[in-house]
Amino acid sequence: MDRRAFLRTAGAGLGLVSIVAVRPAGATPERMQDAIRKVVGSSAVTPGRVKLELPPLSENGHAVPLTVSVESPMTEADHVRAVHVFTEINPLPAVAAFRFTPRSGRARVSTRVRLANTQTVVAIGELSDGSFWSDRATVVVTLAACLEGPL
Amino acid sequence: MARALINVPAQAKRGEIIEIKTLISHVMETGHRRTETGAPIARDIIRQFVCTYNGAEVFRAELHPAIAANPFLVFSTVATESGTLTFTWTGDNAFSVTESAAITVS
Amino acid sequence: MRLVWAALVGIVVAVAASAMAGEIPLGERRSGYDFMSRETRAMQDDDTANPGMLWVLEGESLWGRKVGVAGRACADCHGDARGSMKGVAARHPAFDAGTGRPVNLEQRINLCRVDRQQAPRLAWEGRDLLALTAYVARQSRGMPINGVVDQRMQAFLDAGRATFYRRQGQLNLACSQCHDDHWGRRLAGNVIPQGHPTGYPLYRLEWQGLGSLQRRLRNCMVGTRAEPYEYGGPEFVDLEVFLMWRARGMTIDSPAVRP
Repeated sequence: MDRRAFLRTAGAGLGLVSIVAVRPAGATPERMQDAIRKVVGSSAVTPGRVKLELPPLSENGHAVPLTVSVESPMTEADHVRAVHVFTEINPLPAVAAFRFTPRSGRARVSTRVRLANTQTVVAIGELSDGSFWSDRATVVVTLAACLEGPL
Repeated sequence: MARALINVPAQAKRGEIIEIKTLISHVMETGHRRTETGAPIARDIIRQFVCTYNGAEVFRAELHPAIAANPFLVFSTVATESGTLTFTWTGDNAFSVTESAAITVS
Repeated sequence: MRLVWAALVGIVVAVAASAMAGEIPLGERRSGYDFMSRETRAMQDDDTANPGMLWVLEGESLWGRKVGVAGRACADCHGDARGSMKGVAARHPAFDAGTGRPVNLEQRINLCRVDRQQAPRLAWEGRDLLALTAYVARQSRGMPINGVVDQRMQAFLDAGRATFYRRQGQLNLACSQCHDDHWGRRLAGNVIPQGHPTGYPLYRLEWQGLGSLQRRLRNCMVGTRAEPYEYGGPEFVDLEVFLMWRARGMTIDSPAVRP
């Protein structure tokens, strides 16, 4: 096969140069969905009742303040059992699981999380009646300019 | 450096919801990093935090590597009676730290 | 890293033809705190949320510990640090008659370790030195920076100033080109601060830990592709003298939090 013929075949087969999105191994929205499914099983997850607060722009992905809360009377009969937090493109989808009791008073937690890059964070609230609710937030993560060299 | 900073009100009214802030020094090594020569750095994180109030569990957190170094947790509990709040952090490499704070409820 | 290169080259090109803007007028000086996001500022403001306070706590415990051949604790000579250490960080680096040069706070602590406690020097950026420095610096929080620059200090201040204005490294950049001429503008997504050392040692989110001013200066030098000076070397201490003089009158806010 002469050179011109080879190029024509290759071009026809592949079309123009394809752009492949490269993600770190294991970090996909699909893996996050799998992790969420492990928690909720076959139950439906309804957006609402959960409030996930994250800054829209973070100066450094090493420590992003996160607050998650769920409106609930927090009584024996009606309370939040747990809140699970997931990320879309961190190396591992799970961030934390917070487990409440009626003695918590309020289903509200604040912490600081690591975000590998600009991405969406999802919080799933699990209520005492077995229902699941969710909220999501997107954070733009900027990188530091002057980085560490050898110490 | 196993040092923890805990902020709990010393006094509260019965039935009041009090906010508790905890900060503990821990590197929270993710297990994803590598040395300059490419060798993996093993995961070393706090995996669990439990708060008990006179022995009864009131709040628990399961932590993964995505929790930032020197984990900071703010949560609440209902001031039911005077006594002791105990905070326990456990994790990889047999990490275990327990701190307590007294509370007077009137 | 590519973003950083592109941005730095952009600045080099931009300043190549223009004259240097010069010193920041005293009234226009602002702490790095002012350039941070609301969330990072909140992290610094709350002592129960500021990770730097973990090192201050550790330092408080070290302050009372007897060490060395002399079996002495810092507290044995200096008593309660909340009184005796007030203002110390605000006036360091300070001239040390023994060495005939200025010494910074870390060096002052080590001089005490070796001379008074007869204990070995603490390692630069080691846990104990950072904890003690953080504890001492915390006692100057809220006070104005007021190092004495007299006849003895003048030559070192001038050397530090020369370093600040000297182009160096593969990118041939001087500190002044970012921190005098382009403060407030963005570099790879972060705002360039004026570079005043008001909050050291500080918790840098990028480090996920507490570090000294010299560690931060080394980051800058690596950023401009210059060979960093040695810890405790005269170039760094003289530069600290200049930076503290440049920030004279500004308020200490140690232990600060910065991105």
